[in-house]
Order: sequence, then structure tokens, then C-alpha cells
Amino acid sequence: MGTVLTAKNLSYAYDGETAVEGLRFEVVSGDYLCIIGENGSGKSTLLKGLLRLKQPSAGELLFEDGLKPNEIGYLPQQTSAQKDFPASCFEVVLSGFCGQRGILPFYTARQKRAARENMERLDCANLSRRGYRDLSGGQQQRILLARALCATKRLLLLDEPMAGLDPLVTQDLYKQIADINRDLGLTIIMVSHDVKTAMQYAKTILHLKKEQLFFGATQTYLESDVGKQFFGGAA
Amino acid sequence: MIADIWTTIVEMLDYTFIQRALVVGLLVSVCASLLGVSLVLKRYAMIGEGLSHVGFGSLAIATALNAAPLQVSIPIVVLAAFLLLRISENGKIKGDAAIAIISSSSLAIGVVVVSQTTGMNTDVCNYLFGSILAMSRSDVYLSVALAIVVLTLFVVFYQKIFAVTFDENFAKATGVKTSFYSMVVAFLTAITITLGMRMMGALLISSLVVFPALSSMRICKKFRSVTICAAIISVLCFVIGVIMSYFYVIPTGASVVLVNIAVFVLFWILRFLSVQSKKRANKKKEVIS
Repeated sequence: MGTVLTAKNLSYAYDGETAVEGLRFEVVSGDYLCIIGENGSGKSTLLKGLLRLKQPSAGELLFEDGLKPNEIGYLPQQTSAQKDFPASCFEVVLSGFCGQRGILPFYTARQKRAARENMERLDCANLSRRGYRDLSGGQQQRILLARALCATKRLLLLDEPMAGLDPLVTQDLYKQIADINRDLGLTIIMVSHDVKTAMQYAKTILHLKKEQLFFGATQTYLESDVGKQFFGGAA
Repeated sequence: MIADIWTTIVEMLDYTFIQRALVVGLLVSVCASLLGVSLVLKRYAMIGEGLSHVGFGSLAIATALNAAPLQVSIPIVVLAAFLLLRISENGKIKGDAAIAIISSSSLAIGVVVVSQTTGMNTDVCNYLFGSILAMSRSDVYLSVALAIVVLTLFVVFYQKIFAVTFDENFAKATGVKTSFYSMVVAFLTAITITLGMRMMGALLISSLVVFPALSSMRICKKFRSVTICAAIISVLCFVIGVIMSYFYVIPTGASVVLVNIAVFVLFWILRFLSVQSKKRANKKKEVIS
């Protein structure tokens, strides 16, 4: 199994103020990494870095065998502007292919078919013609996940995917993400503060608090001091 | 009665200036409404307002220099569009405040230039509120050519514009050159506004950008239908507005805006009623189950 990305002494800063520093970790292909930590611990900053929306202030972030941005899938947190955006679900899902089209104006029949397949995989094919703004939060998240699947075959980044969803929907979505990881062999990196459930699914944990407190297998984390302390507090 | 109206419309179409105004106005209406959907959804509607004021300033300068108005205004307004976009994207200076500064500065410059050259006469009034007599033959040719460029680029970049409008961060993270496409939208908006400004008036042109998009969002669910519907609404409102302005002898720009307001209110009521009836249907379902 190859590595997907390697962080070497990686740091990020806003206007000279360090957000997170000294990160050393690597993500292997097929991994399910969960990045945890309290608010302001640098999770979101690191995610921006991984998406290459933000440049490191020190250190290096290496993508193996030239993983390009248009091979990455991303499930962002929803913005308020999207909540009343007039678009059909199919339009939203299909837009996941946008980065792969280069300058070409329209989507191919194959991409449309793939978009439908991704919606079927996530049990949301029936929503295809519905308006995105008329859906429940859980349904919207599923549509955005289908869009992320269109954008990638290798690496999927998720930013607090369960924020604001009710427990049943959350469980369902976790299962589906685990299925994607297992069946499609997609590498998953998830930022979450729902530590308890994350532990059930994640293979690897990266715990941040302005710096790297822990990086390693989930089981090791649960037995470590950091893990016991954080998990004890959260549970 | 209807025959009377018809003969008046035919008579109206005999005038060259009305023919010109219709050709340019229809093209500008379509362009403005298409771009408007993206601008409104991105919360960039004020950019249109700012650009039209910059357009006023540059028109005044062009007149003072005795230069061709469109040829001078278009590059200035395009530059202003890039500047405004930069300011709106970079969160450090508040975007709306920056737009307010730029619009009022250009208005002030325009007014000073006009008062020093031709004096505060009907010219100023025409620039601010539009005049149907504004288009010369060469203006029409230039407008048609530019409008075709705007429409072609919009169709070619349609999918990208959708992706960037819906979710800029996602688009950027997955390898779409978002700043390039934002620039394209700003560039096309600048051209459209400058073309339509002299007929509609600097103070009124941005309504062509905002109203059709808002109206069509009341009733359409898909992005594509919102876009197409906005273009249709815009064209119809323009034609009705021009006819009304001829019948009642009112300024064209204002008349077109009034029709747009009426359509917006109508669609808003339609949406309100449909939401209400849906709510009632849901309640009934609850009661039954």
C-alpha cells in the first residue's frame, strides 16, 4: 500500500500567528483518518492545507505520485448561501466533475451516468429532480457526498460532515462513509468533533491541539494517555 | 381597442431610434439577467450598482474629451469590475463599504466633470436616468457584437459558473480555476452594464441585473430553469416597459424597472401562496395519519 500524502514538520499560520505547527504524519492509501481536537485546535486549518487552499508557513506537505487537486473529493461544511440556492440535486451532484473538464464546456454522457450511479450508491437517486433547498439537512449532506464522489477516485476529505444532523441520520451517514472506504478503496480523511462515533469507524487518529498530540492507530490511541484523557472527558 | 394598441405599436416600430433601442435593449436584458442569477446568488449584486456609477463617471469624462462614449467607458468599467471583485473576495476591507466608496466617488467625479464642461443640463439627467435616443448606429453595431461575445462566453462557461456560484471552496479544492471564472463573470457584467447604461440610466441599470434573477428564483427550482426563466422575464419586461413608455410618455429606463417590480411582486405572491397551500396540505396529512 502506497502513501497518499506525507506531512513533514508541517505548520500553518494566519498573518504570522501560528494556527498549528510541527505536524508529522502520513496517510496510506485506503486509510480512514480522523482528525480530532477541540475548537481552535487547528483542525479546519489543516484541512484547508490538505485541500491546498492554504500554503504551509513551514515544513512540507507531499502528495505521492502527483495527486492533483482535481483527483480529490471534498465534503465542505454548508454555507448559509447554499441553504436557499435554487438548483436541482442532479445539477449539484454533476458539478462534482467540474474540475475534471478543464476548459471543455459540457459534461459527457459517461459523467452523467457516473453521477447517477453515485446517487444510487448513497440511496438518494430518488431525489435527483428535487430542489436542493427543499431537502432536509441529512438529504443535502448525502447529495454533497455524492458530488464529492464524482470528484474523486482516490481521496475524500470531509469537514465535520455530521454537524447539525440528528443521531439516526448521523449513524447512517457514518456507515455509508465506511462502505465507501471499504468497497471503493477510497482514502478518507475526516475532521470531526464527534469523537465517540469517529472511534468506531476510523482506522487512524490524528489528535491536534495547536500541535500534534497523537498520531497512530485508533486502538493505540484509546490506550494512550492522550486518548484516555480526551475520550474520558468527551464520553 | 386592441386594434388601436396594435396600430400604435406598429407606428412606434417605424422610428429608427426605437428600433435601435429595442435591439440593444433586448440583448442587454438577456445578458444582464443571465449574469444576474450568479451575481445575486453570490451576494455580489451590489457590484452591478457600483459599476453603473463608475460608468456614469467615465461617460462624463468621455463626453468632456469629445471621445466615443462606449469605447472610453468599457475599459474603465472593466477595470473597476476587477477591482471591486478583488475587494469583495478579500475580506479585509468590507466589500459593501468599498463599493459605496467607489460608487459615490465616481458619481462625484462625473458630476464635477459635467458641470465644468457642458454644465448641469439635460445631459446629466440622461446619463442618470437614461434616454431612448442615446444609441447611434455605430453604438448598435458595437453593442450587438459585444452582446454576442457575452452570450457565447456565458454558454461556454455555464457549468463552471454554476459550480463556482454554488460552492466556490469545493470548486477551488477540486481543481477549478475559480478566480478566473469570477473574473469572467465580472468582465461580462462590466460590458453588459456599460452597454445598457445610456438607455436605462446609470441609476437604474442594475435593476436589469437583480430583478429578473430574483423574480425567477421565486418560482423555479433548478439552476438551469432559473437562468432561462430570468432571461425570458427580462425580455418580456423590457418590451412591455418600452411600449408603456411610448404610450404614457415616461422615461424608458424607469418604465422597464416598474414592469420588473410588478413581475417581482406577482411572483413573490405566487410563491407565498404555493408555500401556504403546501403547508396546509402537510397539516391535513398529519391530521389524517
